[in-house]
Order: sequence, then C-alpha cells, then structure tokens
Amino acid sequence: MTELALAVPAAPAALAPRRRFRLMRRLVGHRSFQIGLVLLVLLTFAAILAPLTGIDPSSMKVRLRFRPPSQAFPFGTDGFGRDVLTRVLYGARVSLWIGFVVALLSGVIGALIGVLAAQFRSLDALLMRIMDGLMSFPAILLALGITAALGPRMESVIIALTVAYLPAGARLVRASALVVRELDYVLAARIAGASPLRIMLRHILPNSVSPLLVHMTFVFAYSILAEAALSFLGVGVQPPTASWGNIIAEGRDYATEAWWVMLFPGLAISLAALGLNLLGDGLRDVLDPRLKGPG
Amino acid sequence: MAAPLVSLDDVTVQFRTDRGWTTAVDGISFDIAERDCVGVVGESGSGKSVTALSLLRLHARGTSRFPRGQVRFGGQDLLTAPERDLRRIRGRDIAMVFQDPMSSLNPVLTVCDQISETLRLHQGLDRATARRRAIELLDLVRIPDAARRVDDYPHRLSGGMRQRVMIAIAIACRPRLLIADEPTTALDVTIQAQILELLRELRTELGMAVMLISHDLGVIAEFADRVIVMYAGRVVEDAPVDALFRSPRHPYTEGLMASMPALEGGITRLYAIPGRIPDPDEAIAGCRFGPRCRHAEAICRVAVPELLAIEGRHRVRCAPRTRATGGL
Repeated sequence: MTELALAVPAAPAALAPRRRFRLMRRLVGHRSFQIGLVLLVLLTFAAILAPLTGIDPSSMKVRLRFRPPSQAFPFGTDGFGRDVLTRVLYGARVSLWIGFVVALLSGVIGALIGVLAAQFRSLDALLMRIMDGLMSFPAILLALGITAALGPRMESVIIALTVAYLPAGARLVRASALVVRELDYVLAARIAGASPLRIMLRHILPNSVSPLLVHMTFVFAYSILAEAALSFLGVGVQPPTASWGNIIAEGRDYATEAWWVMLFPGLAISLAALGLNLLGDGLRDVLDPRLKGPG
Repeated sequence: MAAPLVSLDDVTVQFRTDRGWTTAVDGISFDIAERDCVGVVGESGSGKSVTALSLLRLHARGTSRFPRGQVRFGGQDLLTAPERDLRRIRGRDIAMVFQDPMSSLNPVLTVCDQISETLRLHQGLDRATARRRAIELLDLVRIPDAARRVDDYPHRLSGGMRQRVMIAIAIACRPRLLIADEPTTALDVTIQAQILELLRELRTELGMAVMLISHDLGVIAEFADRVIVMYAGRVVEDAPVDALFRSPRHPYTEGLMASMPALEGGITRLYAIPGRIPDPDEAIAGCRFGPRCRHAEAICRVAVPELLAIEGRHRVRCAPRTRATGGL
C-alpha cells in the first residue's frame, strides 16, 4: 500500500501544475507552435475579411471563364467565371468553421463519454462498445454514410464528422481518467465527502484533458480534409456555397486546362492542415512530460 | 469509560485477485475513544492502511468486500451504512491525511478551492465565508502569510506546506477522528518533527481523536497514547504506549524493538527478524508469525491464537505468552 503511494508522483497527471505554470511561456517559445499559430491566424483573418475583396463569390461572368491568374484575378477564374480568390476566402469560412466545430463538439462530447466511462464503471462496457462500434468503420466511410442519410448540408457534415471522430477522443480521455482516478487527490476528495459526480467533474476531468487538447488540433485538421473529401464526393457542402472541398470538386473536370481552380484551394487546405499539425505538435511537446526536451 | 467513538469489531477486508478473494485484513477489533490517540504500527502490507480505509469504506466496490465485522460509529455500522450517510460522515466526522502530500492535492485547483470544498459540502458556506475560513485554517496549521498563500496552486508549495494544507483540509469541519496515514513518511526529518508537533497541538486545541498509522516506532512512541501492532492483517498486540515500549509481549513486537538502532553503544549490526512478511494468500496454519518466531511452540502451528488481555489494557495475540495469565 505505502510503496504504491510513493510511486504515484511519477504519473503524468500529477505533474500538471508545474507544466501549467510554464505552459504559456513554453508554448510561446516553441518554434513549430509559433509557425502553426501564425498560419492559422492568417487563414482566420483571411476568412473573416473575405468580404473586403468586394466581389460576390457566386457572381458569374461567363465571358471571363477560365482566366489564368493575373492582376485582376490573382487566383484566376473558374468555369463559371467566378473569382477563385474570393471563393477560396469564402470557402475558408465554411471549411475552418466545420473543422473548428467538429473538433470542439467531438472533443467535448468525447471527454464526457470518456470520463463517465472511467468514473462509473458500470457504464464503461456499454459506452466503450458503442465507441468500438463506431471505430470499426473507417471515419470517412462512416461520415459518408451519415451525410448521405442526413442530406448534403453543412450541418450534416458537422454531425457526421463529430460522430466519426468522437470515439478516439473518448478513448483518450477514458485512458487518462483511469490513471487520474487512482491518484491520491481523488481519494482525498472522496474522504472529504464529495459525490462521485462532483469528483468526476471537478477532480478527474480537468486533469485528464491535456492529451485531448492535442488530439483536438489534429481532429480540426482531419475535419478540414474530410470535409474536402466529402464535398469532393458530392455529399458535403453544396454549391454554390463555396468550401475548399467543393471548389476542388468543381475544378476537377478541367484540371488539365485550368489547374489554378484546384491548386489554390488545395494549397489552402495544405496550409491549414500544416498549421494545425504544427500547433498540435507544439502543444503535445509542452503538455507531454515524456517528450520534454531541453527546449 | 464512556462509549467509544469508533469501534471496530472483527473487521475483515478481502480483495478480488486473479486467484479469488484474498484476505488483507483478518478480524481486526479495537476501539478508539473520544480524544484518544492511537498509533498503528506494522510493516508494509500488514493491513494498516487497509484498516484505515475501511473505517470510511473507501475501498473500490466490486473488487473488495467485508465478509464479516462492523465499524460502529455514532450508532451506525459504517460497513453497511448507505453511501449517502457515509458521504456525510466523511470529511465532517472522520477525516484523513495521507502519506504523500505531493500527490494528495489536485494540481488544477488553488489551496482555497480545495479547503473550501469540504466546508461548502458539509457546512454549506458561501464562497466568501469559505474563503475566510480557509485563511483561518491555514493560520491554524501555521502557514505563514496565509492570506496570500490561499490563492496559490499546490505546485508553489513545498512538501511540508502541502502536508499542512492537507491537515487544514482534514480539520476544516472539526472532525472527531483524524486518521493520519503515514503523514510524515514522505517528509524530511526536520519537517516530520514540525508536522507531528502540529498534529499534537491541533489534537489538544480541537479535542479530536487521532489514529496515527506509521511504520516508524519513534514517531509512534512520541505521539501515541496507545499502540496497536499489526502483522499480516491481524492485530498482534494492543497496549498503552509505555507498557508496549517497556515490556513488549508479542515476539513480533520484541523483534521490532530489537531492530531499532540504539542512540548509545556504538554501531552494531542491526537485528533483523528472519524471514519476510507472508503473502496474504499464503496458507499458514495457526499463528501467522509462527514461521518467523523464535519462541514458536507446537500449539502455534495448530490454533490461531486469540487476542487476549494479559494485564489491564494490554492485549496480545500469542498462545504461549497468554497461557500463563489464564488466557485460552
């Protein structure tokens, strides 16, 4: 009994305070976090400031179709004569929003399911088998099925991707909550007379979410990619609303003649995914004590 | 003597293992009176902590059970009381401090949050009152600059300070019994002395009973009024502190005393009890200490000895030693 208690401080969650204390400084000083943050801030601003181009993303000028990139149309025009730059900027609103909401929703719901399973052992088997069931389908296939069933709208894409990315988050939180619930301060809370629900929300959950934060940045990136894939397959956000995925899908038929229609939204997706991955890497380096380097 | 505060009667705790149910604590019986100060000693694995946790029924449900026995407190059996009643007793009437102050505080909550948690749960104080009370409590456990410290996160505090905070949390609702499970083991020697001194002062100030668990006989000798010696899940000796240290009666207690280094008389090889503490699963007929005992007789290997009084409040679980006094 006593030896066990002695071994406890080595558990990752127990180190949280010191990490938290230096978190901001370490994050700000982390190179890949900096680059990722800058990329994302730039993309977000671009999305917010999209109306400044003064062009309607859906206005068609058939006479100006397939213009290559030029001074007037930096990213060229598409098959309906729409400005690709404007569409990419408006598309950023849809794609980034979907990514953000999916990361947030799947994270929050996943955390709740995970911590419930860890704290109330009788729910564990039920919840985890449901999660296993969801995990047994490839995420994109599951999302494809759900959007197909719900109809191709932005909300369906969000719901589908949330369901698809939920299980991984729930498993992550459950795993770390199972470690945290055995720590002394959880026992201390029980001794103080706290109810299981209170212990779960106040003591276990806040100490179990750091791996999830990292995971959420990756889900953000995956969701942008998955939305693009779904739109490309025709079940995602429907034209004329622009999303990065459906701009690419529309440009697909003219890829050889009008390469710019696919290139620029593709670049935007890559940049967003890169930025989020760098951000997530930085966050992981700072949050995971095992990866603590000299930096 | 008035009715005891807590009374353990034949408490037995079993844990589920791969090979079925293992008995970790086997028929523990003792009383703790109001304002009593009981020391519990024993090696690692002798069941000290398990006994303490069973007082509040804190073992995980499903993997532990109490096949027999009672813990009587305030007219209730804590081993069968509804969870709801237990939650009211935990922290309010019986509180606990444990060994490792580094992991006993929640890293994401401030000291104030953690002290007020108990106060708000049991006394329904509002935030501001709880905060004022938290500062008073930090003062009470002699944390300097309490008004500023109260907003610190645990990582800003040293081990000794954290243990003081743990004590502050434990005494927040003026419990009638404080269980201290190796409260000084993880601390420096100088801090140990301070913490023990603090516990002693608080005990008098608040008039609470203390159950101090330790494997350090020195700590026990200094602190306790009465000592319970545990071995392999059983109480082997229960005696007033003077009597125990003056004339230990159980061969195991004698062995423990003999293995303490003497302050005078130069450096000699320390005595060690031969063998090791048996695994809880190990089948040992008769006395659990028998195989390691220098004085073991035939009877020791046949019958489980009973815990019998030899003089006054001195009880021993040893067949040969209790025979003379008319026991058995």
